[in-house]
Amino acid sequence: MTCRELTSFIADYLAGELQADTRVAFERHLSRCPNCVQYVADYRRAVDLGQRVYAHDEEPVTDVPDDLVAAILAARGGKFAPD
Amino acid sequence: MEEVANEAALVVALKNGEEWAFETVVRVYGGRLLAVARRYVRCDEDASDVLQSAYLSAFRAMAHFEGSAQLSTWLHRIVVNTALMKLRTRRRKPEESIDDLLPSFQEDGHHVEQFSDWAAPADVIMERRETRQTVRSCIDRLPDGYRTVLLLRDIEERSTQEVADLMRLTTTAVKVRLHRARQALSTLLRQELAPEDQGRNVRQQAGIKGT
Ligand SMILES: [Zn+2]
Repeated sequence: MTCRELTSFIADYLAGELQADTRVAFERHLSRCPNCVQYVADYRRAVDLGQRVYAHDEEPVTDVPDDLVAAILAARGGKFAPD
Repeated sequence: MEEVANEAALVVALKNGEEWAFETVVRVYGGRLLAVARRYVRCDEDASDVLQSAYLSAFRAMAHFEGSAQLSTWLHRIVVNTALMKLRTRRRKPEESIDDLLPSFQEDGHHVEQFSDWAAPADVIMERRETRQTVRSCIDRLPDGYRTVLLLRDIEERSTQEVADLMRLTTTAVKVRLHRARQALSTLLRQELAPEDQGRNVRQQAGIKGT
């Protein structure tokens, strides 16, 4: 397995969806290619960070501006028909 | 999700068309929903449009809301669906390519770049507000079709099939986009967060300007 091939299998590998023989080849490549080890580590960290920055308490939230609240309530009560 | 002292009472009031309930549901849940809309459509104006359409859809569908579901979860789903519709209507120009953010390989299949360990564990990055914001802005920089798949799969944890249905793509296309989106995010994070001497190599390879 080349670095290019390994790279194309990362998502399936992390999802535990690789066929056994492919997984063995994947892990064998990793065992002798520090560059791919680092690439996979970066990839996992990107997934992990993406998930964590949008976890419930991490994302800054502001109140709905008053004019938008008013617009929503007006649209509900009025003749305005949203598409 | 936000807690409302008595969500069941709020739902009843909404179903009965009580005026106070509509304002309450907008003020209590709207802030977070606006942030969710912004993740997808990226601009404040479109996010406001999405929030408004989503609430109107929710109000119209209120009769079908079942007590077993959580109101916040139900509203969240409506906002995401509305945001996806918004993205579909505004997707007119050809989508930006993310090829520059994907790894390149030599003829023999080796990586062109040498990836160094930039030694910032996720925990360290998560500790600081500023670096958390950097991660969000890197996600924002992904082209719509890739960012959306990343948000739906990795952040909303929807299934591949569900995302395929929502985005009118094949499951294979969803998988390919998710993989590319993660790779591109990884590259952007390396550029933004790795120490100068370790990020530069990648930046030159990708031919991308730092920000
Ligand atoms: Zn390799």
